[in-house]
Amino acid sequence: MSLSNAQTESVIHPSDEDSFIQGVKDCIPTLLGYLSIGFAAGVVEKTAGLSIAEIALISFVLYAGSAQFIAAGMIAVNSSATAIIITIFFVNVRHILLSAALSPYFRHLSPLKNMLIGSLLTDETFGVAIIKAAQRRNISEKWMHGLNITAWLNWVIANLAGAYFGNWISNPEKFGLDFALPAMFIGLLVLSMLSRKKIKLDIFVAIIAVIIAVGISSMFSSSLGVIAATIIASTIGMVLEKWK
Amino acid sequence: MEVRGAILLIILGTALVTFIPRVLPLMVLSRFELPEWATRWLSFIPISVMAALVGQEIFMADGKIALSAGNVEILAAIPTFLIAIKTRSLLATVLAGIISLMVLRYLL
Repeated sequence: MSLSNAQTESVIHPSDEDSFIQGVKDCIPTLLGYLSIGFAAGVVEKTAGLSIAEIALISFVLYAGSAQFIAAGMIAVNSSATAIIITIFFVNVRHILLSAALSPYFRHLSPLKNMLIGSLLTDETFGVAIIKAAQRRNISEKWMHGLNITAWLNWVIANLAGAYFGNWISNPEKFGLDFALPAMFIGLLVLSMLSRKKIKLDIFVAIIAVIIAVGISSMFSSSLGVIAATIIASTIGMVLEKWK
Repeated sequence: MEVRGAILLIILGTALVTFIPRVLPLMVLSRFELPEWATRWLSFIPISVMAALVGQEIFMADGKIALSAGNVEILAAIPTFLIAIKTRSLLATVLAGIISLMVLRYLL
């Protein structure tokens, strides 16, 4: 009797590790990084002449850090809609790689559910999710929604805060807050390396990626830098691992 | 407090061209069992992407390479890396980064 009760319990309550709330909790470390950059984006958007309603809309539906800075900058100088849309496509096309890398962990979901998961995909939610994915075969849908929605709301709130209060706060750099984002990427990089057992190869791949990213970004654009670094460094990693 | 037509068009257009690369691989690739080399290649993407983003953040300023000793972000990255390895905590890493940069800017 008690045994069958226990079994029903475990069916009704899947492990807490996979819950929506756990996804929310796992998002918390990234909030500060995006709060500061979202705040900055809000300031830039306001300066570019966007209304509060437009800032809320762009943060909700475009929901992409660097893209919003660039769009605001182009709107400010009266670029054409076509030019802005094409530019943003190139800035954000690297999401293809993130989305592809996550796809093996969402095989258990329908295409429509995968669409909902992917629509809120960012560098940070990708980084957190791929660390969660280490040593398991799939990622819980509820957990991913918890992570995604928390990051999304935080982003919108940060943008609106920047739009409202931007001109009151003179020098956020004094408090080192501008380093929240790079520190978060450092954390995600280290954690994703530690979750694998290929430290030497991973460090080598990371160094290659840094050199290519910095080189290409200084010559062309930062989005091209990330795409080229990711494709070339991942290919080198794959080939070297195959060799051994 | 209103949304202008021209701005709405820009927002919806940029959102659409961002949405497609975000969702398409997840919708399509999750239907197939990928070949071994492809899975292996994809497994290196997290490391490559994060390393590229870190590189841009700490070795560049305003689109230019900034490798001088005056670049405090490179210095701040060192304790940040060490705390990340030691604690394996994302929150501790972010806080360590912020505090390191704040202290360095104060001292230098």
